[in-house]
Parts: sequence; C-alpha cells; structure tokens
Amino acid sequence: MVILAKNPIHSVLYLVITFFTFTIHYVLLNAQFLAVVNFIVYMGAIMVLFLFVLMLLNLNKETEPMKSVLVKIMGAVAGMCLLVTLAGSLRTLEASNPLILKKPEIGLVGNLGKVLFNEFLLPFEISSILLLTAMVGAVLLAKKEPKKI
Amino acid sequence: METIVNTLQGVPLNHYILLSSILFTIGVIGVLIRRNVIIIMMSIELMLNAVNLLLAAFSAYHGDASGQVFVFFIMALAAAEVAVGLAIIVMVYRNTKSIDINSLNKLKW
Repeated sequence: MVILAKNPIHSVLYLVITFFTFTIHYVLLNAQFLAVVNFIVYMGAIMVLFLFVLMLLNLNKETEPMKSVLVKIMGAVAGMCLLVTLAGSLRTLEASNPLILKKPEIGLVGNLGKVLFNEFLLPFEISSILLLTAMVGAVLLAKKEPKKI
Repeated sequence: METIVNTLQGVPLNHYILLSSILFTIGVIGVLIRRNVIIIMMSIELMLNAVNLLLAAFSAYHGDASGQVFVFFIMALAAAEVAVGLAIIVMVYRNTKSIDINSLNKLKW
C-alpha cells in the first residue's frame, strides 16, 4: 500500500497505519518505552514532517512520472528473490520456542533508563551531538540562498 | 484478558523474523520501483522500522535490554536522517522544480 499508492499523501497515511501496528507490536513485546517513543517520534514528528514537505512542495495533484513497466517488473522480481532467499534460509531453522518473556520488566522506562545511562552513556551523548549537527545541517540546507550583492 | 495477552506473547520468534523480512522486502521494492524521492525516503523508513522490530523481538526473547537501547539509537538516527534528507529534497526541488529521481543524474558518467 505504501509503495503502490499513486498519491504521495495516501502513501504517507498508509505509512502512519503501518507505524501504528509497529507500536502495537512493541506493546505486545512489553517494550513500553519503545512503544511510546515510536508513537511520538515516528507518527508524531517524522510523518508530520513528510506531510509538511509534501504540502510545501504542492505535489498532491501531480501524478509523478512512473518508471517503465520493464523496470517495475525487474524491481518486483528482484525484491521477491530477496524475500524467497530470506524465507528459504529461515526454513532450515526449526520452529523456535514461543516467545516467552523471560524478564518482562526490561522494557519499562526505569530499567531501560538505568541501562541507557550506565553502559551506554557515551553513545547517548554522541547521538545528541548527531541530532544537533542534523538540525544545523537541515537549517543550513533549507535556508534560501543569500542574495549576492 | 490475561489469556489473550499470554496467547499473543506466545508467538514464536520465527514469525517475527518472517514479518520483518516481508516489511524489509516491501521497502526494497519501494526503493526499486518508484521515482518519487519522498516515497523512496519513506521506503527507507519502512526498512529501518523492520530492523527495529526485529531487534526488539530478539531483545525480548533473550531478556537483554541492550537491543532496545540500540533501537532507541536507531530511532534517533532515523530522525536526523529524515531532517537532513527532507532539507536536501526541498533544496533540490527549489533548483530543479521536480522531485523525479532522474533529474539528479548529473553525476552519471
């Protein structure tokens, strides 16, 4: 649905539905912190950003040029080959045990925060620097070119 | 309610692997068959999310919290990537008045 919809805005809305199912999966896996972060960051921030850019560029009525049928068929066949390869490699695995949560409390906010700020403190800080550079870069790129005097 | 939760949590790990593979493949096909840059970036998001789901499933399966921390880092990286990528798309659209991926073939030789 995401990749087949002609209208990019419909595509974004289907992607929002897909991410909502991801959130439900995280809740089922008892990873509540990830569920909340997925809900806020992906469905809140990123999808709104996509919709904003789509409406800023005013592309909703335009039907963009599609690739030729040959390229489409080749892409679909290549993707299906990838899927068949992955599924074939999975068939050699025996059916694993049911996914029983051994420690069901690891996904809660408190425990995850303890791990995050004890073992992963340096990557956490580095990711903050990454976000800062991304913000500066986005502002610089999207800014209009200054008028040459 | 408790039985429903127990049944849903009894899904084998293979099913999660298969679901993630299918979603990843959808993302790859989306990158291959579309020419709209924005839809290509959405397919990339789909692939990142498939990997996230698989990491979270393995993390819950092994009872190790590191996987979920890694998923958190991937989400931060995806947010940064989307911000920069959409800024680049806006700039390209301003220069070429098109979001067709084939208008960016100046680097071809």
